[in-house]
Amino acid sequence: MRKLLEMLDRVDRRVIYLLMALSVFIPLALRLSYPIPVGQGPSQDLFKAIDSLPSGSVVLVSYDYDPSTMPELQPMAVALTQHMFTRGHRIIAMALWPQGASLSQEAMSAVGDSLGKAQYDDWVNLGYTVGAGVSIVRMGSSIRAVFPQDRDGFPYDSIPLLTRVQSLRDIDLVISLSAGDPGIHAWVMMAGDRFGLPVGGGCTAVSAPEFYTYLGTGQLLGLLGGLKGAADYETMVREGRGNTPAGLATPGMAAQSISHLVIMAFIVIGNISYLAVHKRRKGAPK
Amino acid sequence: MNWEIIGIWLGAVLTLMLYSFLYRDNPFYKFAEHLFVGMSAGYWVIYNIFNVLKPNFWDELTGAGDGSPDYFMIIPGIFGMFMLARLVPKIAGLSRMALAMIVGTGAGLSLVSTLQTNCLSQIEGTIMPLSGVGTMGFIDNLIVVVGVVCGLVYFFFSKPHEGLTGKAAGVGITILMVAFGASFGYTVMARISLLIGQAQFLLFDWLPTMGIHL
Repeated sequence: MRKLLEMLDRVDRRVIYLLMALSVFIPLALRLSYPIPVGQGPSQDLFKAIDSLPSGSVVLVSYDYDPSTMPELQPMAVALTQHMFTRGHRIIAMALWPQGASLSQEAMSAVGDSLGKAQYDDWVNLGYTVGAGVSIVRMGSSIRAVFPQDRDGFPYDSIPLLTRVQSLRDIDLVISLSAGDPGIHAWVMMAGDRFGLPVGGGCTAVSAPEFYTYLGTGQLLGLLGGLKGAADYETMVREGRGNTPAGLATPGMAAQSISHLVIMAFIVIGNISYLAVHKRRKGAPK
Repeated sequence: MNWEIIGIWLGAVLTLMLYSFLYRDNPFYKFAEHLFVGMSAGYWVIYNIFNVLKPNFWDELTGAGDGSPDYFMIIPGIFGMFMLARLVPKIAGLSRMALAMIVGTGAGLSLVSTLQTNCLSQIEGTIMPLSGVGTMGFIDNLIVVVGVVCGLVYFFFSKPHEGLTGKAAGVGITILMVAFGASFGYTVMARISLLIGQAQFLLFDWLPTMGIHL
């Protein structure tokens, strides 16, 4: 037992990396799936907020992330777009991060095409803007001033979806998919607290805890946190829709759960072996 | 030539090169790292020229967008040039004027909003009823109120943390540790999510290019 504890105390970090890799790759390769129960919480709050909007509402989705956080945020974008389109909402996409404009185009065109939604009538991609908070404040008086044309160069006034949308006051809901700053924080501060717009969000798991304070005060309607938030949303969108595909996040949840178990096991084993070995060394005669 | 497959292979090989660092530092890792840094720098220069500078400055100045030139854009253009003055020590002071404009605008714009969003609204959020909210509501609200008060006591350094103050500070640091633990848990989840994303790419995008379908 003592030898085992000493061996565990000196375990090579590469063994840990290998076990972590196996705990991720094997469940994915075997396509393991775990049930994802969605209880009351910020994911469901966002779902209900979108569900309760009347059909034809205009939702502004800001893609405030880049490819480095795609595994967490792109599944949210796809699931949210599916939900909004099936509810008959119209979507205005934009980005406060440069590469967000391309990622939004990818999500919107893929989902839009699969559901028969037309660009410029049901959705539009305004592209990227610099300035973050400054641009949001400007959009409060005129969206056209910030985006005189869409991402593909079509003039703002020639886009049917935007004929009745002059400023943020004509938007029914804002959703920021955020990997950092600028992102949810800027939208809550400028669009939510300044113009009184309802704001929802999706973010990387790293930044989720800082936004929980906005949920408590009602400054955020709902929040999708990391891959789990995306999987929650996919589950809610799929409910009642039969054998629809599992989405992008749900297949990763088994790997996520198993790798978390491995990490927990290492934390417990590491602490036990550390305490046992070092306690003995402390008590040993000098 | 199938560019999609070439792209997938490039992504997969570079991913494996970067992960090889987990075994030990090696030339493959260094190559991928340097390639990433160089490519990123080049990419961002070009991206900023065509997606920031051109539409927001040059097209406005020359009227390339709506046909009417806006000569007032010369002013921000000059301030932008001032930022580059940092590269010439003799006239480096000019960049302070541009920085002053950025700092002044940023502070003026966000001062009130930050105070409202992150201070006043958050204080308001901690003023909670302890009656008429049911048992669970009472417990929830009590945890928030006690947690905020004790957390603040922990950061109150004008009085020694002894007696009642010490006990309150102890509760405060316990609450803070719970918060740090939750934050750490979320961080672990985020990092694993990124690994899962890359694993899905290798398993379901790269392996099929070699005829291996899982």
